[in-house]
Amino acid sequence: MAAARTETPAARTLELDVPDWPAHRPGQHVDVRLTAEDGYTAQRSYSVASTPGTGRLELTVQRIDDGEVSPYLVDVAQPGDAFEVRGPVGGYFVWDDADPAPVLLVAGGSGIVPLMSMIRARSAAGLRVPFRLVYSTRSPDITIYADELRRRQRDDRGLDLAYAYTRGVPPGWRRPPGRLDGALLREAGWPADLGPACFVCGPTGFVEAAANLLVDQDHPADRIKTERFGPSGGGAA
Amino acid sequence: MTESWLTQSGAPQSGAPPSWVDGNELAGALAEVFAVDVTTAQGVCAGCGRMAPVAETRVFDRAPGLVARCVGCSAVLLRVVRGPDRIWLDLRGMACVQIAMPGTGGASPDGPGA
Repeated sequence: MAAARTETPAARTLELDVPDWPAHRPGQHVDVRLTAEDGYTAQRSYSVASTPGTGRLELTVQRIDDGEVSPYLVDVAQPGDAFEVRGPVGGYFVWDDADPAPVLLVAGGSGIVPLMSMIRARSAAGLRVPFRLVYSTRSPDITIYADELRRRQRDDRGLDLAYAYTRGVPPGWRRPPGRLDGALLREAGWPADLGPACFVCGPTGFVEAAANLLVDQDHPADRIKTERFGPSGGGAA
Repeated sequence: MTESWLTQSGAPQSGAPPSWVDGNELAGALAEVFAVDVTTAQGVCAGCGRMAPVAETRVFDRAPGLVARCVGCSAVLLRVVRGPDRIWLDLRGMACVQIAMPGTGGASPDGPGA
């Protein structure tokens, strides 16, 4: 672990130096394994956040309070510490940058992490494939990557963002706090007849609901790729 | 292994259903065994015949290993347990696995069934 930066009170990005690390594809994850002094091991999957092929491997980890791995990664691990990573793995939840189809990204909470790797990959490659991100998050102050997304919304041509704040909204926000719904997806997403590639990532319940909304709007199931974190949405995959 | 926490539709009931993720979680464990990424393959359930990407199965990971179940009928498709010096892999629930291969012609980029 080379460095770390705080994203929100509950999430931290770890910058890792991994010998002989191959470039990942945007959307892939790694398995992180911690081993205690007594030999006990715990393993979890975390999405890669960083731009493929550049610099350090970055993971953004959200703390699950009763988790075995994430509290260590968010609160305890320090630069200089070492742990095992396996990957990059997972070829399914991956954006193919040769696919010219428009892209719809739907994030619930820390489900933004692999989608951010796609946004960063698009930008780094200078591609103009139109991207739309619909991001469900509790409130502006705990929104992972809020500042970078604000900047990219201004600077990355062809990237559009919409937020569904579920608890607290910014002053003057026109949509009241509430879950992602069909109206917002219709307004901020792509119509199915444009054939978009859809990527949905977040807690299991969120992903189920969002994928069903997309199916209701006639997106074919084989154009909706999903990745579920489990009930509370801390890790990835 | 109880099925009682799943409804007919496969939706978790209220109460305390076991947490589940999806087949993307299998990628690391299966990469130790197979030369191709099995999570991108289409798997056919031996119970109900449903064909779906392995990545879209339901995976229960709070056990000594990983258990993947069919979204359609909740039958066990795959079990994988990693020990210190061996892997146990149970594929009885999977009648067939279709893997898209590059350059073999015929298959669409999205794989069979797309």
